[in-house]
Amino acid sequence: MSSLSIQHLLGLDGVPREDIQLLLDSADTFLEVLDRPIKKVPTLQGKTVVNLFFENSTRTRISFELAERRLSADVVNFSASTSSVSKGETLLDTARNIEAMKVDIVVMRHAAAGAGHFLSTRCTSKFINAGDGTHEHPTQALLDMYSIRQKHGSLEGLRVCIIGDIAHSRVSLSNIYGLKTMGAEVAVCGPASMIPWQLEKLGVRVFTNVDEALRFSDVINVLRIQLERDAGADFPSLREYHNSFGITRKRLEAAGKDITVLHPGPINRGVEIESEVADGPYSVILPEVTNGVAIRMAVLYHIGTKAE
Amino acid sequence: MASYFFKNARVVDPVTGLDGDRDVLVVNGIIDRIGENLSASDAQTLDFTGKTIAPGFCDMHVHFREPGQEYKEDILSGAASAAAGGFTAVACMPNTDPPIDNAAVATLILKRAEGLAVDVYPIGAVTKGRKGESIAPMIELRESGCVAFSDDGSPVYNTKVLRTALEYASMLDVPVIQHAEDPHLFKGGAMNESLVSTQIGLPPISRLSEDTVVVRDIAFTAYVDGRYHLAHMSTAGAAEAVRDAKQRGLKVTSEVAPHHFSLTDEALRSYDSNYKMNPPLRTAEDVLAMKEALRDGTADAIATDHAPHAIHEKEVEFVYAPFGIIGLETAFGLSVTELLLDGWLTLPQLIEKLSTNPRRILGLPVIRIEEGQPANFSLLDLAAQWTVDVNDFRSKSRNSPFHGRVLTGKPLGIFNNGQLILNN
Ligand SMILES: [Zn+2]
Repeated sequence: MSSLSIQHLLGLDGVPREDIQLLLDSADTFLEVLDRPIKKVPTLQGKTVVNLFFENSTRTRISFELAERRLSADVVNFSASTSSVSKGETLLDTARNIEAMKVDIVVMRHAAAGAGHFLSTRCTSKFINAGDGTHEHPTQALLDMYSIRQKHGSLEGLRVCIIGDIAHSRVSLSNIYGLKTMGAEVAVCGPASMIPWQLEKLGVRVFTNVDEALRFSDVINVLRIQLERDAGADFPSLREYHNSFGITRKRLEAAGKDITVLHPGPINRGVEIESEVADGPYSVILPEVTNGVAIRMAVLYHIGTKAE
Repeated sequence: MASYFFKNARVVDPVTGLDGDRDVLVVNGIIDRIGENLSASDAQTLDFTGKTIAPGFCDMHVHFREPGQEYKEDILSGAASAAAGGFTAVACMPNTDPPIDNAAVATLILKRAEGLAVDVYPIGAVTKGRKGESIAPMIELRESGCVAFSDDGSPVYNTKVLRTALEYASMLDVPVIQHAEDPHLFKGGAMNESLVSTQIGLPPISRLSEDTVVVRDIAFTAYVDGRYHLAHMSTAGAAEAVRDAKQRGLKVTSEVAPHHFSLTDEALRSYDSNYKMNPPLRTAEDVLAMKEALRDGTADAIATDHAPHAIHEKEVEFVYAPFGIIGLETAFGLSVTELLLDGWLTLPQLIEKLSTNPRRILGLPVIRIEEGQPANFSLLDLAAQWTVDVNDFRSKSRNSPFHGRVLTGKPLGIFNNGQLILNN
């Protein structure tokens, strides 16, 4: 296999098409590994990966951990609740201490945008961003793209709409950057208060009417609504949100075409998406989870074996 | 006191209108003689050929962190930083710990600054504890030496409190200096809301946070006939509102910080917390509006908002880093590079913004370079090119985004209170 041009995977902003292509293609190979009776290859034997999670995300952490173990890496998990962060140690101290224990790759989830950028310029390990604030979540976007490609064969020219709280999502920017690089047409849809300032300048269409958005789309990526923000600053109630922006079978049928449905999970059934849709024939929500492991294996492999 | 003979300096004084090569003899801190081809055999002679003497600069917006956070800066190190930047006077914002909301703290600051070459003036808090709820003992604070009132670091947001403060301050003939920020719009934000914030995912602060408060405050200023000074103006909208207020003849003044006329929020793409300040760096359009405001007099003063923070406080995730950068030692170089060389301001205009206007706003004596006047000088090299190195700073802190930047125009030091302080 050839090699990536990037040293770290901090986001998909600026990542060249060749790199994304390589990661998606490699995921095919790793997906095959996952189907074998013995789901393990020695690719990262002798390498140590630390999963540095300053925010709870059981799903993403388990997906990474499985990917790491299936590549035969040594895995250390570090979560903030048991860390010295609560004792006042800075992120940089924490990272330098972990690095002093000779790790090769750091997979980091953090509540602050740019936390990975910050550490990658001050530490020597390879960094993989597992979500930084409302900035990026590149492996999620890669697995979304991979799942779309699996279904449609190619991303080129496909119309993909991200629906929901775009402004507070770490998935939307990564998807926008990655999909556009791969030649898809990208739109977003949500209440105007949940769409970041001047987003259209990134070359995406903006819908505030979900039915119009569905008529545009070949693929929709439905984002989770943060239940804890019900009746918060940006929207009045979950009921109203569901009525106006929720993805229902009725709405999909009215669009009059077979729209592929993605969701980065975990799903709030009956809020952003109806169960009938989530479990329906056009949903790729469960395959996405499997693909997530394959994509993360591809990322870990390419980042972990890349020479300086 | 010693005598000093500044030989062959370019003396620029916007107040007297002087701009020419002169010899200046200072005896016992007073300008004894000023003229051409003077000689003074028993004075210490400084060859100032090619160098400039201007009326001492006054930075009307600094944070010296004493009392309370002396590890970031104290009055002594702050004054040394001011002198290195060519400033002979500074006005200290009251967000110390405890804040300058009572006479004792104001007195302490004046006491600490006694005998220094740099004059240090306290600014009193508008409200008790800077909590924004009820006004501080403003008469007492004024009597103990405060030159203005501000809750800087926080806005005076409560409209009833604002009105009372404007009335009290106008009775005392000093301005209320407003940190214009709507707390609801500001909350949680880390940078200017722009295409950049959208692209890099940092929580945004809209320009409306500044604009709306300024517009509101001007209505209050007109109503009570108060004196209002807008601190660290940063948006085109605020500049427009101030321009309009001035045209209506209101007693409204404003200042711009060097970073707001020399940097845009594009710099934030690095996630470098040395670019994190409040108000945040805005867009190219706003930077242009600040230059225009300085040129047409909408902005009266250049003030640094010198805000020292320790390295460990800034070396964290961007959103967790404190707002603020230091500015005393780069202010002149940035002003020359961005404003003078590009033709936005003439040298006398630039000196007005750095010396004369801030003193007028604070009601301090305006410096004139004339025989019989106290010698209060900024000593400058307008042509010097230099590379900013934070390790050379006299400030205790290093939080400057200008490290490594090449500037034209270097302060050589100051002369004030009979003391000559030269860099290097
Ligand atoms: Zn302020």
